[in-house]
Amino acid sequence: MRITQGTFSYLPELSDEEIAKQVAYALDQGWPCSIEFTDDPHPRNSYWEMWGLPMFDLTDPAGVLMEIKECRKAYPGRYVRLNAYDARYGRQTTALSFIVQRPAEEPGFRLDREEAGDRRIRYRTHPYALDRPEGERYARGE
Amino acid sequence: MSAGRWSAGVIPYAEMGYWRPDYQPKDSDILAAFRITPQPGVPPEEAGAAVAGESSTATWTVVWTDRLTSYENYQAKCYRVEPVPGQEGQFIAYIAYDLDLFEEGSIANLTSSIIGNVFGFKALKALRLEDMRIPTHYVKTFQGPAHGIVMEREYLGKFGRPLLGATVKPKLGLSARNYGRVVYEALRGGLDFTKDDENINSQPFMRWRDRFLYCMEGVNRAQAASGEIKGHYLNVTAGTMEAMYERAEFAKELGSVIVMIDLTVGYTAIQSMAHWARANGVLLHLHRAGHSTYTRQKNHGVNFRVIAKWMRLAGVDHVHAGTVVGKLEGDPNSVAGYYDTLRLDRTPADPVKGLYFDQEWASLPGTMPVASGGIHAGQMHQLLHYLDEDVILQFGGGTIGHPMGIAAGATANRVALEAMIKARNEGRDFMAEGPDILRAAAKQSRELDVALSTWGDVTFTYESTDTPDVVETPVSI
Repeated sequence: MRITQGTFSYLPELSDEEIAKQVAYALDQGWPCSIEFTDDPHPRNSYWEMWGLPMFDLTDPAGVLMEIKECRKAYPGRYVRLNAYDARYGRQTTALSFIVQRPAEEPGFRLDREEAGDRRIRYRTHPYALDRPEGERYARGE
Repeated sequence: MSAGRWSAGVIPYAEMGYWRPDYQPKDSDILAAFRITPQPGVPPEEAGAAVAGESSTATWTVVWTDRLTSYENYQAKCYRVEPVPGQEGQFIAYIAYDLDLFEEGSIANLTSSIIGNVFGFKALKALRLEDMRIPTHYVKTFQGPAHGIVMEREYLGKFGRPLLGATVKPKLGLSARNYGRVVYEALRGGLDFTKDDENINSQPFMRWRDRFLYCMEGVNRAQAASGEIKGHYLNVTAGTMEAMYERAEFAKELGSVIVMIDLTVGYTAIQSMAHWARANGVLLHLHRAGHSTYTRQKNHGVNFRVIAKWMRLAGVDHVHAGTVVGKLEGDPNSVAGYYDTLRLDRTPADPVKGLYFDQEWASLPGTMPVASGGIHAGQMHQLLHYLDEDVILQFGGGTIGHPMGIAAGATANRVALEAMIKARNEGRDFMAEGPDILRAAAKQSRELDVALSTWGDVTFTYESTDTPDVVETPVSI
């Protein structure tokens, strides 16, 4: 299973050189970058852990790439994503977000169904990884 | 005003105070630009004054009861008439309406005035409402989009690319169980949304409740298979408001992120559903069913840019607004004008895009435009070029008709889209290199490869019926 969150999940994994080009685009737009990681990829998990603060003053793609590498090194078994933020008036939201590392194996999600009356079903999306404690959820755990 | 103004009988509208070339519109006035085609012998100023009169206080004859009112305040004023370049016998009449003429937050009231009576007026051969300027004072009386573009993206967790959708086909006749199968396949293949068509409501072959249950099974299965938020526009259009609320409540209880209505339900019902949608945290999609009956012909009706403006005020999160390259009417410049009207916080007047007035939206959220009708993966560079990023691209036939199946069709569209965004961000001239970018992406994706060989060269190149008449130098007469 491959989680397809983010802007480029249907393409082959981006190389570091390709990631740097996307970062350069974001910085050209005036969008500061930030890095986040998690081992809970539930689609409603909005708050992945922050790898430091957003890099508001970093204008060199190489610097951003270095931080990505540091984050990967610290958390080799977790999802890591790069976000670019557009703080312009009227926007003030994420402008671009894509996965730059994923665990070697992605077990995916179990769909639980609870049958109610009148044919209604209550659905619950359960990430298999969540059956283990944080930090021990994926094969390449740290 | 002449003493003869109050003599009983019929006098020209222009002389009753509806033609005011000296009038300076106030910031709080609602302004309208009408394309008028007067009957032979009717001067354009008189025709413009007649439109102002008939869309505000006037009747066909002098009435003494006007004198019980501060009538000058309530009279609409035609303050400028210009010939339309290249269109013999047509003029643009600019009319100003005082804010007091309108009830706060009511599209029904606004339209009953502006387009209520005047379109059948005998002194005109034809009449078209081209554009309106809604002043901030009036904008602020409307809720606006239940969520808007920014909130929708945050709610779905999808950034940096257009969203993808597909309408389930065939649009009529599938049983609920088969219908849900199409939803599941298209969503698990890579689309963000699937959609009921405008005429899927609750027919004998598939009742609404059955459809909702099976569609939500498909949505939830696809969500678990991809780890992404997915949605299906459940069309709650019905014969009564009560029935629409019942269906929308059920959709919400099943966990649907979005419901849908048709333009045919009427302006008041649309506003009611927009308020319901914000109160219940459900996105609201609007299909513009029926609009071409009055938006398409150049000399008569209402331009779609006005409908777009009304629908943003009324509060829908999505509205269909043209594709440029697909099977339905849509001149590139006009469509750019519609998209700007829906998405931007400020649109300056621009005759090339058919925008007659500066329009300020005062932070009213943007409405997401939807491009639907005869588009396919092979056009991805053109779609991104013309429509940009805040748009939902809907490939119905272009998903479901894929020779390898529905999920493969969806994957082809998603791969094409992501490849094009990646290339654009890398600084490539994606419009010129589009076909190369797609072919390169297709080397890694058999789904896209097959889509390109099936539809790669399908185009719909017909001349548009409705194009802006660009003014080189506006001439006052």
